[in-house]
Parts: sequence; C-alpha cells; structure tokens
Amino acid sequence: MKILVCISNVPDTTTKVKFTDNNTKLDSTGVQWVINPWDELALTRALELKDNPASGVKGVTVAHVGPASSEPTIRKALAIGADDAIRVNFEPTEAYQVATQLAEVIKNEPFDIILCGIESSDYNGSTVGSMLAEFLNAPSVSAVSGLNVENGEATITRDIDGGKETVSVQKPFVAIVQKGIAKEPRIAAMRGIMQARTKQIKVVEPVGVSPLTELIEFEPPKPRAKCIFVDAENPKQLIELLQNEAKVI
Amino acid sequence: MSVLVFAENWDGNFKKLSFELVSYAAKVAEMTGTTATALSIGQVSDDELKKLGNYGAKKIISLKSDLLKNLDSQAYTAAIAEIAQNEGAKIIVLANNNMGKSIAPRLSVRLKAAIGSGTNKLPQSIDPFVVYRKVYSGNAFAHVKLNSEIKILTLMQNSFDPVETANEASIEEREVSIDGALVKTQVKDVQKQTGKLLLTDAEIVVSGGRGMKSPDNWGPLVELADLLGAATACSRPVSDEGWRPHEEHTGQTGKIVAPNLYIAVGISGATQHLAGVSASKYIVAINSDKDAPIFEAAQYGIVGDAAKILPQLVNAVKEVKAK
Repeated sequence: MKILVCISNVPDTTTKVKFTDNNTKLDSTGVQWVINPWDELALTRALELKDNPASGVKGVTVAHVGPASSEPTIRKALAIGADDAIRVNFEPTEAYQVATQLAEVIKNEPFDIILCGIESSDYNGSTVGSMLAEFLNAPSVSAVSGLNVENGEATITRDIDGGKETVSVQKPFVAIVQKGIAKEPRIAAMRGIMQARTKQIKVVEPVGVSPLTELIEFEPPKPRAKCIFVDAENPKQLIELLQNEAKVI
Repeated sequence: MSVLVFAENWDGNFKKLSFELVSYAAKVAEMTGTTATALSIGQVSDDELKKLGNYGAKKIISLKSDLLKNLDSQAYTAAIAEIAQNEGAKIIVLANNNMGKSIAPRLSVRLKAAIGSGTNKLPQSIDPFVVYRKVYSGNAFAHVKLNSEIKILTLMQNSFDPVETANEASIEEREVSIDGALVKTQVKDVQKQTGKLLLTDAEIVVSGGRGMKSPDNWGPLVELADLLGAATACSRPVSDEGWRPHEEHTGQTGKIVAPNLYIAVGISGATQHLAGVSASKYIVAINSDKDAPIFEAAQYGIVGDAAKILPQLVNAVKEVKAK
C-alpha cells in the first residue's frame, strides 16, 4: 500500500510579505521557502503510519508541481523520511493547473491514499485536494483531523461544525488534512539529510493546461488605525468604548 | 440563467451563515441582472425553507434524497452540478466552511468553472468578473479575475450582513439522478458538542494566551465571555500545553475566525495567530508587554496584567448590564 503526499513550496510563515512589479509578484528577496505547514503534517502522519508494520503502508512518495528551484524543499521532505519524490516541471499560477498536473502523475502511477494539506499558506485557496479528487473521479474527505490505517483499511476522523465524524471511504481516496492529523511536524535528522541526497526525485514534464483564473494584482493590507490605549487603572473605560464607540457589545 | 446558492442546514435548521449566503447571492444576482435560487439538501421543513426567501431567494429547490443524508463529496457534487445545469446557473455561491471547501473545488473541475475561494466582498466588477480575496494568510489581498463561463464563489463567514427583504419565493422539491454506487463515504460515528456556542459562529470571542500564566486562571475569562454571549478561544501554545481544548485554538493552523469583536488576553500576537483572527472587525488587546505586536493589530488596548484586569472588566460589564 502506497501513500502520496502532495507538497507545496511556500514562504516561511513569518515572512514579511512584500510585492514587486506593480504589486503582481511576491518580492522573494530574503524569503525562506518551506514545505507548506499542513503538507508537512500530512507527511508526518504518512511516515508515522509507515513506521507501524500493522498499517500495511509500504511506501511514502511526495509530489510537487514547480520549477527546479523548489528542489531544496523536496529534498527536505526526503530528509524527513519520504522514500522518493516526483516533481512536475511546471510553474503554476493557480490551483486548477496544480490539480491537473498532479492528476496526470497519479493516473500514470496509482496510489492508495493521497494526502493534501487543507490549504497553502500563500494562496489560501483550499482547493487543490478536492480538485485533484474530482479529476481522478475518486472520493475525497475534507477537514481530516485523524487518519488511521490497519491492514490497509483506513479510518478517518473529519471535523464538522461543532463536532467530529468517523468515516470510512473506498480506496483510492484523497484526504485533505488539517490540524490534529499529526502532533508536531517531524524534523529531519542528520542521517535523514545524508540519505536524502541519494534518494530519487523523478522529474516529469507537464501536460498543457490553461488557467481558469488570473491574478490582477496583490494589495497589501490597509494599515489599521492606531491602537487606543485605556488606562490599566480604569478598565471600565474599555467597556464604555466598546459599547458607545465601536458599538459591538 | 441565475445565481445558485447552496444553503447548508444544521439538523434541519438554517443559521445566520445560511442567510448571509442567500443575501450575498441575491446581491450578486442583482449585479448580474438575474435572480438567486437557493438549494437546500436534506430534511428541511417548508417553514424553514421559506426563510431563505426572506433573504432574497426567488426560488428554493429542496433535495431530500436519502443518498445525500451524509456528506459524500462526490454525491453532493453530482447533485449540485445537476441542479446548476438544469437551472442554467452561471454563478454558484457556497460557504467557505468545511462543507463548501469539500464541494466547491470539485464543482470547479466538473463544470470547468473558475473558483474565487474565500472572498469576503461582492465581486469588484462583473465584466470582467473580478473578486477580492485574502492571500498570504491575511498578510495581503488579491484581485483575481475569473475567466470561465460558469463561476464559483465561496464566501467567508460573517463577512456579509444578511438583508431581510419582502419577497415571495416558490419552493420546489426535486429529485436528482444520483447513482447509489457513487456514495463511497460511510459515516460510522458522530461526536457532537451540544449547547455550546460554536467558535466560528460567535460574534464576540474572548481568547487567552500564555499571558494567562496557568490553566487555573481561566475563570474570569470564561465569566467575561459568558456575560458578553461570547465564545472562548486560545492561542496555539495554550492548546499545545493542554490548558484549553484544541477546538479553541485560533490562528493560522487552528480555526480562522472573523467575529465582530475579538478580545485577546495575554496573547503576544505572533504572525501565525494574527493570520487566524485578522479579519475580526474589532480587536482588543490586553497584554503586559506594551511592545507586543498584538497592539499593532488592535483598535483598543490595555497594557497590564490579565489577572488584575479581567475581574475589573467582568464587573464593568455587569454594571452596564444592570442598567
């Protein structure tokens, strides 16, 4: 049984976001690139399952759609413990293109379980995983906060408004995972980093796909009005401001 | 041609989010010179369905098939796509919540429809069709053009005020041609917390961070929340330490909330925390460190010790309430 983890290459979450080219491109000066945090949790969970012989999980592959410059992030996934990687040599501008390319990869090399993070921390679209499942005509389960596999049978916990559901689903399936799927992201050890150097990154050429959306421009957030400070000796004034000025209580 | 809006129900009832969606769809329909049709899936009474009309839906379509009892993303996608095609819908509106996120992207592929996900405003223009959405976890916004004939929008919760209008809507119960073999998700167990205000539904949220110092100090924070009719939340370190349950974690990797008022107590305001709360209409910060970044995001602030300030706020709210 094989798991595929789809990973996105994103600016570190503490990046000070700035734009260039008339606000149409991220200014990547000084940006540290990392595995998208939710994808990193998905990878961690996949590796935990593989570590447990009772799960039946034999291999964990990562897939990425991006140019050669994202290989350091793929190497990091290999150092954390993925067995091998597939990179589609394509620079996407939007989710529909990413899902199209990933679907091609999986049509050529099937997997039993496909894991995607709930969103990427850059575009926040929450769309790639479900789009991919639709391209594959496979079931998808969203908001997954728990995944267990025993003898190849998966039990999934998904979040619903105000609770959780335990579900089972036919394989192959796409699970779109979020917080809870793994406690802490696994960190690469020195041994893993050494091993990653010799692991294979298979590069595949993309299929043609036009985007459905087009970015017009980015807009930095509007600066908020300066904070109005209330004297710590008189917190009552805060309640008055919230009631009479902001009118929110 | 119409705007189709999927109005989710909760145990047969709609809630504010459903009315936000329908009001939003009605407004988008007005902008595009058409009308809004609401789609309900599940066992919802006619009286409840009628409420969608009060927010501007001209037609209400109700699907009650047993095959759609639980969320199966493929079955729901097939059902909504079929209705959208029958109705000739050119714009489909869903919520940007767990349900919407599991269906909208699939619909996008099935209908080759561009998706503007997580928008918090009306489209900026109709021709070209440009939407406005949060990117970089709230550190920026993007103007995105949707280039397909059919378009899908998912709306952030609490970003559009429901508008009641005098309106007579027709209700039609329909069947869709779903193949039972399509349903591949089986729900084995449901665990629901009942009687508690959902964090994502709350209009006021009182949230505690490490500055609360100990899990034993939450009493006044919970009391303040109760008095304000607010939900309680916390920062990531607090849930990681097990001081508060994980469901309360707000922030980039936890719950994303956008209440009218977010009161952050003893939270320094790391980028990752702000990513989950920056869409709040008002942020109040209470922190002992005057240089904490939370004060840059807040409209009102108090520099001081939470343990001293919270009980005073509780008393002040009690006084206001007594008047």
